[in-house]
Amino acid sequence: MSNKKIVSVSDSRRKALKTLAAGAGAFAGMSTLPGLVGYAQSASSEPIRIGFQVHRTGIGAAYGRWYNRTTQAAAKMINAAGGINGRPVEIVAEDDGTDPKRGAEVVEKFATQHKCDIAFGTLFSHVVIGSAPRAGELKLPYFVVSEGHHVASGMLNRYTLQPGITDVKSQVQAMAPYVASNLGKKVTMIYPDFAFGHDHRDYFSAAIEKQGGKVIQKIAIPPTESSFTKYFPKIPRDTDVIYHVMVGPAVLTFVKELGEFYGPNKPQIFGFIDSLEAVDMASPGLEFLDGTYFWEANPRYAQANQTSHDKAFRAAVGVDDNGASVSDSKDVSTYSHMFGCWETLYTVKAGMEAAGYQGPKDRAKLIEAVEAMSHIPLSDEHPQGAKIFNGKTHQVFGHQYITKVTNGKLVLAHTTSIEDTLYPDEVDYTKKSF
Amino acid sequence: MDFGPYLLLASLEGAVQSAVLALTAVGLSLVFGTMRVVNVAHGEFFMLGAVLAWWVTTFVGLHPAVGFIVALVVAPLAAGVIAAAADLTVLKRLKYDPESTIVATIGILYIIQQVVLMTYGPDARPVQAPFSHRFYTPWFGYSSYKLFVIGIAILLLLGVWVLMAKTRIGLILRATQLDREMAQAFGIPVERVYALVFGLGAALAAMAAVLIVPIQQAHYLMGGDPLLLSFIVVIIGGLGSLMGTVVAAVLIGMSDGIISVFFTPTLAKILATLLVAFVLIFRPNGLFGKRSS
Repeated sequence: MSNKKIVSVSDSRRKALKTLAAGAGAFAGMSTLPGLVGYAQSASSEPIRIGFQVHRTGIGAAYGRWYNRTTQAAAKMINAAGGINGRPVEIVAEDDGTDPKRGAEVVEKFATQHKCDIAFGTLFSHVVIGSAPRAGELKLPYFVVSEGHHVASGMLNRYTLQPGITDVKSQVQAMAPYVASNLGKKVTMIYPDFAFGHDHRDYFSAAIEKQGGKVIQKIAIPPTESSFTKYFPKIPRDTDVIYHVMVGPAVLTFVKELGEFYGPNKPQIFGFIDSLEAVDMASPGLEFLDGTYFWEANPRYAQANQTSHDKAFRAAVGVDDNGASVSDSKDVSTYSHMFGCWETLYTVKAGMEAAGYQGPKDRAKLIEAVEAMSHIPLSDEHPQGAKIFNGKTHQVFGHQYITKVTNGKLVLAHTTSIEDTLYPDEVDYTKKSF
Repeated sequence: MDFGPYLLLASLEGAVQSAVLALTAVGLSLVFGTMRVVNVAHGEFFMLGAVLAWWVTTFVGLHPAVGFIVALVVAPLAAGVIAAAADLTVLKRLKYDPESTIVATIGILYIIQQVVLMTYGPDARPVQAPFSHRFYTPWFGYSSYKLFVIGIAILLLLGVWVLMAKTRIGLILRATQLDREMAQAFGIPVERVYALVFGLGAALAAMAAVLIVPIQQAHYLMGGDPLLLSFIVVIIGGLGSLMGTVVAAVLIGMSDGIISVFFTPTLAKILATLLVAFVLIFRPNGLFGKRSS
């Protein structure tokens, strides 16, 4: 419409436009002077639009709330420091209801309706597995923050990357030696009955056997279950260690009922913090956890050896030394997962800068730039710790932490090396076409 | 674990589930029996009870037992009033047409669920049990509160039975159930009775939720399972038959508890649904339902 109007304007108007254009050209010439370059570029720049697939509702809501806070905080930091390639970052958030079908629709919306440069931020593995194929078809880079082994296993595609959080296979592999040598060799596993839980089951069973231990019972629990006592009699009496990992809104019930079932005569308990993410350790009924161990990707309580980077990260997101919101001490964060959003955004920034990213036509260049990354040092951008990114498998590797519940707080007991978490490549995404 | 204690634990778990299920399903059965309305929003009134219980206990803030008792009165009352209002504003205007009311209650389901999501939020929140005593057998520990739930549920069910069989209100309800037109001819205000029944049905579901919420947690999506199980129970027991509903709730609850402990919870659900299929084929009116004329 507006183009047609311009065609119909009179000659004098056209002349005026030409004069204007000449003036603009002169200004552009002037701006090649040093110091003015950045201004000229950014003045005409659209924001970089990052589609944020967030579990605002559904079973992942607690994670979604904190993923959102972390993402907004990171975007604010990036923008305050000048954005990416001189362009501001805009987070376009869409709720996926923690539902794979809606997840795929949200990815489609990002690509076609919101004109996003990339999609980012998904946690639950079934949503990632449901959305990634669509992202691949739409050729939309899809940066997940999910922990599932599905990226590194080769199940997904070249457009899906996980550069900000480690995967279950590497986590459990690094835990097995500690469990076998400090807690016991006969392990009973309790895990949710979907992809994420199956990763735990398969890779921990293999890893503990390498340490001379054995998983003597595997108890799968449907992710929508709300009552757990009926599963506990399946735990064999000669169990040395109970290994638990649970997700969803019923996690507190799960841990409480485990405590009720055992009372004071319990075996050793080793849990993934997922079983208590976003749950206050001081909740009634959790007292029995004192002396038990947890895997954490990033210790919830500020530790004695806290880095300045962790301090800055807590301040930026609004988390206190107990891992709760600074404005509400009952609002406990998902501290072992949410750093992944922060670190992924900074990796996207580094990737876009290395690729000279201008717009959607440079998406392949962005992926190649991220694939070229390897060592990522500990910094304010990567507060959880140093990492190694494997461009072939699209998966990052990093330190893991084991904490012990001491007087209701999680206190650091062991830090693994990055080497403890490495395993042979199962895929080479760089050989796959765009 | 040895077989004896294993069976004991399974039965306890089954009994808790039966108790709560019986309360919820009796509410659904009452509404269908009297009004011939299939209330698809029944599970949401259950959820509403749990969420209101959280609100009340948080607001009262005193000893958990005080909050719990207040919640046990306030939450079912509030859920009942909301249900009665829904009946007067929606179902009455549809003239209780069976097909339209199914669609309408689906709408009510989403309205309640989304309003709770917008106000209460998507988180699961715990409500503290009125007392935190546990007892220990030599094989396992068990929360005494769960036994308390069974006891209270039995009392409440007896209360419903007394209400239906021994009181004037019960007489009016049964008269309306038997023959709506004849009841109206005898001067029974049928529309007011319907609002009362719809409210009572919702209140029973909410009461079941207040009992269960210290064991589980209040969450806006928690209405799905009780709805499904209530339907299973009501179909097996015979729609509209209170006795049948209670017997079926015990059957389903106990078998669910025992089968999930010894085998898997999925098998328990498969068997329950299979039972529904067989009942529908061989006794379409349910085990205790009367043959329709």
